[in-house]
Amino acid sequence: MTIRRVRIFSLFERFWHWTQMFLILVLMFSGFGLHGFHHLLDFKQAVTLHTLAAFLLLLLWAFSIFWLFTTRNWRHFIPTVKGMWQVLRFYSFGIFQGEHHPYRKAYWRKHNPLQALAYLMLKIVLFPLIWISGLAYLFYFLWRDIPHATQVLDGVALVHTGAAFTIVVFVMIHVYMLTTGHSFKEHVMPMISGFDDVDLSPEEEAYLLKDEPGVIR
Amino acid sequence: MRPFSGHVLAFLLGTLVLTTAQATDQWPTPPASKPPDQVSGPLTGGTGDHSKYEALKQPFSSGPEVTKACLSCHTETGKHFMKNIHWTWEYRNPETGQLLGKKHLVNNFCTNARGNEGMCAQCHAGYGWKDESFDFSDETNIDCLVCHETTGTYYKTPNSEGSPACSVMFEDMAPIDYNLVAQSVGLPQRANCGTCHFHGGGGDNVKHGDLSSALTNPPRDLDVHMDAKGLNFACTACHITKSHIWAGSRYHVIAKDEKGTGKPGERRDVATCESCHGNEPHPVDSLAPFKLNDHISSVACQTCHIPEYARGGVATETDWDWRTAGKTRNGEGYHEHGYTQGNGEERYTYKSIKGTFTYGENLVPLYRWFDGQMNYTTIDTKFDVTKPVAINDFTGSREDPRSRIWPFKRMTTWMPADMGNGTLVYNHLWGQDEDSYWGNYDMGKSIAHGMKAFNLPYSGEYGFVKTYSYWPITHMVAPKEQALDCADCHSKNGRLQGVEGVYMPGRDNNRWLDLIGIIAVAGTFLVILGHALVRIFSPKGAKH
Repeated sequence: MTIRRVRIFSLFERFWHWTQMFLILVLMFSGFGLHGFHHLLDFKQAVTLHTLAAFLLLLLWAFSIFWLFTTRNWRHFIPTVKGMWQVLRFYSFGIFQGEHHPYRKAYWRKHNPLQALAYLMLKIVLFPLIWISGLAYLFYFLWRDIPHATQVLDGVALVHTGAAFTIVVFVMIHVYMLTTGHSFKEHVMPMISGFDDVDLSPEEEAYLLKDEPGVIR
Repeated sequence: MRPFSGHVLAFLLGTLVLTTAQATDQWPTPPASKPPDQVSGPLTGGTGDHSKYEALKQPFSSGPEVTKACLSCHTETGKHFMKNIHWTWEYRNPETGQLLGKKHLVNNFCTNARGNEGMCAQCHAGYGWKDESFDFSDETNIDCLVCHETTGTYYKTPNSEGSPACSVMFEDMAPIDYNLVAQSVGLPQRANCGTCHFHGGGGDNVKHGDLSSALTNPPRDLDVHMDAKGLNFACTACHITKSHIWAGSRYHVIAKDEKGTGKPGERRDVATCESCHGNEPHPVDSLAPFKLNDHISSVACQTCHIPEYARGGVATETDWDWRTAGKTRNGEGYHEHGYTQGNGEERYTYKSIKGTFTYGENLVPLYRWFDGQMNYTTIDTKFDVTKPVAINDFTGSREDPRSRIWPFKRMTTWMPADMGNGTLVYNHLWGQDEDSYWGNYDMGKSIAHGMKAFNLPYSGEYGFVKTYSYWPITHMVAPKEQALDCADCHSKNGRLQGVEGVYMPGRDNNRWLDLIGIIAVAGTFLVILGHALVRIFSPKGAKH
């Protein structure tokens, strides 16, 4: 097994990540403005911005889901317990003892088990909660005449706001995690350059060197 | 240089037009030429010139003679006209079965027209209604002129003398030139309708709040449709008419018009905004108008587009207190000025004949769900005299498909009632006798007289009850740039603070969810901070 610099984040994936980050920030800012937490935008601007950003994010997600399934990259997000305990132990104790992170990225496992689980939950629970409730919210006037519409709207608003708070918590932890390990910069760079240290098997190394020379340094 | 000089020229020309227009406004006397006709819907223009008709050149000495001349050509109009509420003053609500109309109702302004027709029926579109003997089947009693003459010289006086204390107000008026007014007839202009509708409740804008003499010649700011220099709509442009029956009724409001404009060219017998503007009135040029167009299923157009009522310098009455009425000086009634309205005119704040008034201008309406159905407290309705009573109550809710959020003027009045029976009363205000309140100032006598005249039960014990009446606001539509902003309602303590049954972002939030959310975010921050501090200060973990 050899540690090599390998391009684990393709151009699309990096574009996806940073665009998503930007749109989520816009949505948070405009959304909490609509909720009444700040008045830095007027309501009409906030609605326009929030709706526009939401549609762009949905479009981006449509492409990303297509990409995940056509490139088989979805496999990175399959949850596993293998190595989970070590990772949890590291963040709870080892990190204070100067230990190294127990996880080594593999070519078809670029996330550690905790990351994989967190991102999967984000993708299949939190994001659907916010976009389904968001669309229901946006198109309220199409279903306002169904029975108990106002109670349903209360629920929709509750889910949407609750999911928003949870995403804020996720973002805070996500960003904090970047400061652990070597340095903030080293954690961010892979998502910019695409390259990170990956533990390759001799066969993977040989394959990449021969067939994908641009992906390995 | 060229485009620049072009701009300068345009600017100068613009200023010139503007100053000329302003100069016109300030002329001491109106220009000799007649102002252009207002837009009255499909009938605008007409097909005849009434100054050329022989029938109108004969000598007239009274209104009914003119009416006979009118009917000699307009042979069916009398029959049509007698069906409308301007003539009958009566309306049977098909849904509640209540018998309404000025002929029957008690309002919380001058209280009741019934029994006081000698005065109140000045605004009846007929001649001579002073008591129960009036003949509603005589076509020659119709007053065509009040609605159709366009000189502004025609006027009406009370149909009976009334107390000498009152009749002095109507002395020394210039005689009417009936030939002049008869030959001037045309489609009703705003001033015609305004004769009565601007002055309901006993004075300019007293009653409605959104109908005042300021609408006779309004600027665009006051009403974008009636704008005298712009669209110049007459009342009948919206209150479209078929055989002298008008669309638009306060007794039965169409709170939500889902039919919109109808098919191309289709005649609509409604006065709703939607009947011209359709059901997607906001042009979609960005994302926001989609949302605005969504709102029309919940929010009446008037709610956003009439940000305030009693605009244009004419105040409306908001409170009336009959409890103070009847004070005299040296045995005579008097009145006090005490309010100067926007256009500089003085308004009475006290009159011996009516009590104390409170005025307001540029008022923010009350907003409520409204299904268009008004329920009246009529003369025979029993109620609890210890609590405020709504003269006209209304229903409506988020769940009701006919309801939308509407703006209202709410009028508050302390007015006389029968405390023993718990009913409103007919007060005998106007008359030549010794019981009439106006002139004699004895409310016990005047109420007893008013009730007896119509064989109504009266306990003999009168007092005062607090009453409300609700007036849907629908006129004084502001230009679009002055419409409400989203945040006027979508905010804490915004305009729709009191409106129930709907979750509104910006106004509403779940307290518990917000608390949990804030605790979660703050807690996460503290955990991160703790984690980071332990990392920094633990000797071996310094690097990581």
